[in-house]
Amino acid sequence: MSRISTSFEKLKKEGRSALIPYVTAGDPAPSVTVGLLHAMVAAGADVIELGVPFSDPMADGPVIQLACERALLHNTRLLDVLAMVAEFRQKDSDTPIVLMGYLNPIEILGYQRFAEEAQKAGVDGVLTVDLPPEESEEFNQIMQAHDIDTIYLLAPTTEEERIKYVCENGSGYLYYVSVKGVTGSASLDVQEVADKLDLIRKYTTIPLGVGFGIKDAESAKAVSAVADGVIVGSVLVNKIAALVKDQAQIAPQVAAIIKDMRNAMDS
Amino acid sequence: MPTNIDLKALSQLPDSKGHFGPYGGRFVSETLMAALKQLEETYEKLWRDPAFQEEFDRDLAHYVGRPSPLYHAKHLSDHVGGAQIYLKREDLNHTGAHKINNTIGQALLAKFTGKPRVIAETGAGQHGVASATVAARLGLECQVYMGAEDVQRQALNVYRMKLLGAEVISVESGTRTLKDAMNEAMRDWVTNVDNTFYIIGTAAGPHPYPKLVRDFQCVIGREARQQCMDQTGRLPDALVACVGGGSNAIGLFHPFIEDADVKMYGVEAGGYGVETGQHAAPLSAGSPGVLHGNRTYLMSDEGGQIIGTHSVSAGLDYPGVGPEHAYLKDTGRAEYVDATDDEAMDAFRALTRIEGIMPAIESSHAVAYAMKLAKEMDKDQTIVVNLSGRGDKDIHTVAQIDGINI
Repeated sequence: MSRISTSFEKLKKEGRSALIPYVTAGDPAPSVTVGLLHAMVAAGADVIELGVPFSDPMADGPVIQLACERALLHNTRLLDVLAMVAEFRQKDSDTPIVLMGYLNPIEILGYQRFAEEAQKAGVDGVLTVDLPPEESEEFNQIMQAHDIDTIYLLAPTTEEERIKYVCENGSGYLYYVSVKGVTGSASLDVQEVADKLDLIRKYTTIPLGVGFGIKDAESAKAVSAVADGVIVGSVLVNKIAALVKDQAQIAPQVAAIIKDMRNAMDS
Repeated sequence: MPTNIDLKALSQLPDSKGHFGPYGGRFVSETLMAALKQLEETYEKLWRDPAFQEEFDRDLAHYVGRPSPLYHAKHLSDHVGGAQIYLKREDLNHTGAHKINNTIGQALLAKFTGKPRVIAETGAGQHGVASATVAARLGLECQVYMGAEDVQRQALNVYRMKLLGAEVISVESGTRTLKDAMNEAMRDWVTNVDNTFYIIGTAAGPHPYPKLVRDFQCVIGREARQQCMDQTGRLPDALVACVGGGSNAIGLFHPFIEDADVKMYGVEAGGYGVETGQHAAPLSAGSPGVLHGNRTYLMSDEGGQIIGTHSVSAGLDYPGVGPEHAYLKDTGRAEYVDATDDEAMDAFRALTRIEGIMPAIESSHAVAYAMKLAKEMDKDQTIVVNLSGRGDKDIHTVAQIDGINI
């Protein structure tokens, strides 16, 4: 069983939801990332979404755009991100890592080479924002052959027929985008999310994570009541942005936010 | 050109998933998938509807002023001393460029889908003006995204859009040019997808945009084909058009795809010279990748990051290109070349002084290459150049190059 499935199984037995933080690799500097990941795990993160910086992050709001720009100032590339994952794995062989980003860096490296290198580094899943299942038959096959889950998005605009189709193609977990918009935008409506998750569960037993619009411990708790996983990104990246000049504070302060959310979710 | 390609099959692309060979497709985030499917269904239904066609044709005739003339540039041809150069005068369209053909079509789609708001991205501002124009006419709210650098170098068009009632949003992110304007328009669309129609300005982006923009622009090639037959008694020997995203070029080329003897040349922006790396010529010097919803030739580095481009013309300053051009290149049906900033400016001056026609700097790239090509051809051969836009919007840029402050 993959690390992702194992984690969700364990949480399910404990009656808890997964807390899934997102940070952009290399933001604000490559030297910060691995330590930050360990600190997030210690604070209660169950799965980590590690952003691969891209020059044109079309689905992201200004917070994550700027994180990409900061990481790219240090020329943080896909292969560098994989090296960070390998370093993380030296001390943590349990926490699943999902790479999140856009297709072009993977396309330029080549699907086969990417899959080999990612497996070797210890990557568990990949979420490619601009690669819907319609375009990813070859990609899926190659990732499966390397035991890497392909995580797909579902949105408020996804109709029932398509929910079924996406569910059939996804593995690991499914990421429900709770609001129409880019990352870091409006707050979500928990009842609306709950209704949509019920509909999605008609077609799959894969765990459902919910992201976009989760801003604090309170909203994390509310979402954890209806979802298998709570995904938080912009609020953490915002904290990182505020500490660019005081990088030693990044890991402890981000960990504090995660701890708050964890406590609220488990209470 | 390779002789083993099936030209008829080539002209019938894309396939049902929007692919031109390995290019095109629909590479967007999940939130937009439903909107694109709806657009595809609406478009396929309306494009076959005689009532829609009639309204589109009527608008092109009486609002845009079509057909645009095919003008034998005899003075320029004599000056060059080679093939006869004919200019397809898209610069004479209402709003001054070919862009209006497409915005008329997409505005009709917006009307039929009942969306009260349209958005657009723009580089040189011609597509923004054309979008603001049709929005004004149909009473739609209009917001246009434009890179901050382009807002400066195309100030005249910015003001035109404002006069037409559109709001111009200056985009400060990334390289502050067309690609960033497109990112921002996508972000807007994903947020306001319920009430907003995105009028993409070029034959690129996620399916069905490359197809529908091409279909709306093909009026250029259909007219040129007939006009050339009427004036010269035969088809042209070569077609030349500038290529940024490639909508004016595909509009001219597509109706000739099955005419194997008609050569096609797409002219990319060579900037300071392709060898300097400072250019906007993905087909000449890029490689396949995925950006803005489609797989196509791109300018990206070995890590897959999109590289900043340079061109004197804002409308060609884009790191990607429409997917149909990518496939026309690979199949060898069309050839892609470049003209540098300097060559384009020389052509701008030549056409202005010799024919009294002031071309857009974008179109000047096509004129520059046509002048080169004509020299190598016989006097009884013909070249049709798509004069895709007029140069009034570029006066400030030209004056600046001349060191004059207007």
